[in-house]
Amino acid sequence: MGDFVLNVNGAHVSVSASSEETLLSVLRNRLNLTGTKYGCGEGQCGACTVLLDGRATRSCLVSMASANKAKIVTIEGLEQDGKLSAVQQAFLDEGAFQCGYCTSGMILGVTSLLHERHNPTEEQIVEAMEGHICRCGTYPRIVEAVKRASRLLAQGASR
Amino acid sequence: MNHRDKPTTEFAQSISLARPGTSGLDRRDFLKILGGGLLICFTHTSSWAQESGRAFGGHELPKELGAWLHIAADGQVKVFTGKVEVGQNIRTSLAQLVAEELRVPFDAITMVMGDTDLTPWDMGTFGSRTTPTMGLQLRTMAAAARQMLLEVAAGRWHVAPASLTAADGKVTDPQNARSLAYGELSRGEKLVKTVSSEESLTAATEWKIAGTAVPKAEGRDFVTGKHKYPSDISLPEMMFGAVLRPDGFNATLASLDTGSAEKLPGVKVVRDGDFIGLVAPDAFIAQHALAAIQARWDVPAQPSNQGLFAYLKDTPESGRDDGPQHVSGSVAQAMPDADLKLEEQYTVAYIAHAPLEPRAAVAEWTDGKLTVWTGTQRPFGVRDELMQAFHLPSAQVRVIQPDMGSGYGGKHTGEAAIEAARLAKAAGKPVKVVWTRSEEFNWAYLRPAGLIEIKAGARRDGTLVAWEHHNYNSGPAAIGTPYNVANQLIQYHAAKSPLRQGSYRGLASTANHFARESHMDGMAYVVGMDPLEFRMKNLTDSRLQAVFQAAAAEFAWGRLKSTPERGFGIAGGVDKGGYVATCAEVEIDPASKRLRIHRVVQAWECGAIVNPDGLRNQLTGAIVQGIGGALFERILFANGRILNPHFAQYRVPRFSDTPQIEIVLVDRKDLPSAGAGETGLVGLAPAVGNAIFAASGLRFHNMPLAPQSSVPAEPDSTFRS
Repeated sequence: MGDFVLNVNGAHVSVSASSEETLLSVLRNRLNLTGTKYGCGEGQCGACTVLLDGRATRSCLVSMASANKAKIVTIEGLEQDGKLSAVQQAFLDEGAFQCGYCTSGMILGVTSLLHERHNPTEEQIVEAMEGHICRCGTYPRIVEAVKRASRLLAQGASR
Repeated sequence: MNHRDKPTTEFAQSISLARPGTSGLDRRDFLKILGGGLLICFTHTSSWAQESGRAFGGHELPKELGAWLHIAADGQVKVFTGKVEVGQNIRTSLAQLVAEELRVPFDAITMVMGDTDLTPWDMGTFGSRTTPTMGLQLRTMAAAARQMLLEVAAGRWHVAPASLTAADGKVTDPQNARSLAYGELSRGEKLVKTVSSEESLTAATEWKIAGTAVPKAEGRDFVTGKHKYPSDISLPEMMFGAVLRPDGFNATLASLDTGSAEKLPGVKVVRDGDFIGLVAPDAFIAQHALAAIQARWDVPAQPSNQGLFAYLKDTPESGRDDGPQHVSGSVAQAMPDADLKLEEQYTVAYIAHAPLEPRAAVAEWTDGKLTVWTGTQRPFGVRDELMQAFHLPSAQVRVIQPDMGSGYGGKHTGEAAIEAARLAKAAGKPVKVVWTRSEEFNWAYLRPAGLIEIKAGARRDGTLVAWEHHNYNSGPAAIGTPYNVANQLIQYHAAKSPLRQGSYRGLASTANHFARESHMDGMAYVVGMDPLEFRMKNLTDSRLQAVFQAAAAEFAWGRLKSTPERGFGIAGGVDKGGYVATCAEVEIDPASKRLRIHRVVQAWECGAIVNPDGLRNQLTGAIVQGIGGALFERILFANGRILNPHFAQYRVPRFSDTPQIEIVLVDRKDLPSAGAGETGLVGLAPAVGNAIFAASGLRFHNMPLAPQSSVPAEPDSTFRS
């Protein structure tokens, strides 16, 4: 066990964990940031996606040793002053979820995508999101949510 | 088929197919409990009242209004139901139905669901029963509550109840221009009324809240990460549990050394017969300790995918052959006289539900009372399992089901709940157990594999005259044909499954529709008719005709001609009150033999639509989920081991597999609402298989139709997806 100071959602948080422990495990079990989900533990489903220095990253594959230095954003960190981010708002407006278990990871994946490409084509959306599983099969609405978020951002909505 | 028996059979199947001993009840017990078709009784208002007080399994659905509805002094309405929300959006649509009958705004309603201490007993959330049964139940209670509030107001004002109106959470006396809010009338007190007579319900044509696209209740919590799923529950001093799994099914423990695990800080190993588990102060140490346990298992030789279907046909489950589901006329006499005949074997593979949230539970013992938060479609069923496992009366066990990361029929049982409770008892502290993805693939149950044999005969003019359908192991749901055939023999044959199997979204409806609708397509070809025309010729069910016509019109069926690169197929059916027709367009690369579903049009009718937006979401999801089983999902196994228990090996539908999907809703406000969570899945696979045939002239009889790899000695597809 070691002591770490993580930069999570804009705050510095002290936590004791093993350096081999995954960021996912620390977020969920030690920091009670349970919006980040466990789906497979193998980087195959995208449920555990967080932003590491702005890039979508599978937190189940990141050890504490490497998470230590990065700026981490989880689903809990997207809302600002009670206002949803453009991507969150777009998912809500499109009803782009059923059980919602994949939604956190999807939203962070899309946030990262729209940071890199402001107006992705459908093909680019599919390619970027291929690593995310929605077992309820809500993919068509998620694609629509990406397009809506892209429009919201073009109109000046906050990330 | 006796229609009164149908839901009972489905229900019994959904439970009894789980491994004996896990549900604690066998099929006979359930039939005994259910007696004379209680489920169907709830679909008819007229018989509801007389049936509602009847006991089943010692359980009575309360007739007291207060058990179902509470109106607080501030006007907030709490509604109590044992049904659960698993992503099918029933929390929203039930609240709409209550808001409609009670005459309150949608936002005034809070649904309390799936908590065995707070909600009336319920069998579980499956079989598309929530909308037709619980919807009707809650509408009835809400209508009774509204009437009661009118009477209370009339009493306070000394006027006749009939002179008053109820709307927007208030009772109004229009003649004297005064009103009282519901909260002022109820004063937060329990609503004491026995609802024993039929209440007059609002017709769907008059609906203002029901029937509209109300967004998902508490939707904001799902985009902010605030919603707590079962695996997110945390309690003070909670420990983390892990369970040692054998190396294979039916294994026996040969040797065990837990010494290194027990040396880890705070770890306690718990052994109770065959159960070997541990608790640790955190999840990380729990998994390390589990890996440190040295165990050797003897795993007996067991069947594999190779030869599975012959095994299922040759290995009946003794005492389970109930005889034919349906016989009419004489197939034996009619078949030889038919002008044109077709006989085929179809198979479906074992597939996994793979809900993204695996099984999870948090258990806490307080003064001898056990409370478990867990993801399950049957909170009361899991309570029964816990009562049995720990010899507790029902009052000493509480099961709470937070809206979960879905189930698709895969979470009827309480494995994680029992494990967490056992470990919590030994630890003297609350314990959380979350299954790994691999545990979920290996130790949950699967959708049954099955072999279906169909023999059909028709006259030269396309009239079907004989139909014989045998289903080995996959199940009896929707086994009966909706087409008019004078001579029928239809039979389900229960088999001994080498793998643990159980309920799955739609049950065997997918398998039986795949076989029947593929065979109908084959018969159309033999007869020389257009597949849609052939179906319509043999169909008089106007609801099924209507969805076929609606789907065909939207798809432009008559104007599309298949080529080797592009095939168009159609299929449809009816089950659980839902009518579906599906058209699929499949793209094929003749060189690489790769195929992809390009476009799907699905028409749907389930009576009066409660929430068209939720319905579209369910139907789209059903199509996407159906793509997995249709094209590539398959559990591979040998000698008691699952060979592909990871998402890297077990392919599920992803963004790139998703076709253009168009949903056509047929809203029949004149008909009672049926459930829509399941039957939307059944048209996809046969429509795709028929599209492949239309393009290539090749008929594939085995689901999955375009798998990643072949199974030695079993029929294979030419195509890959």
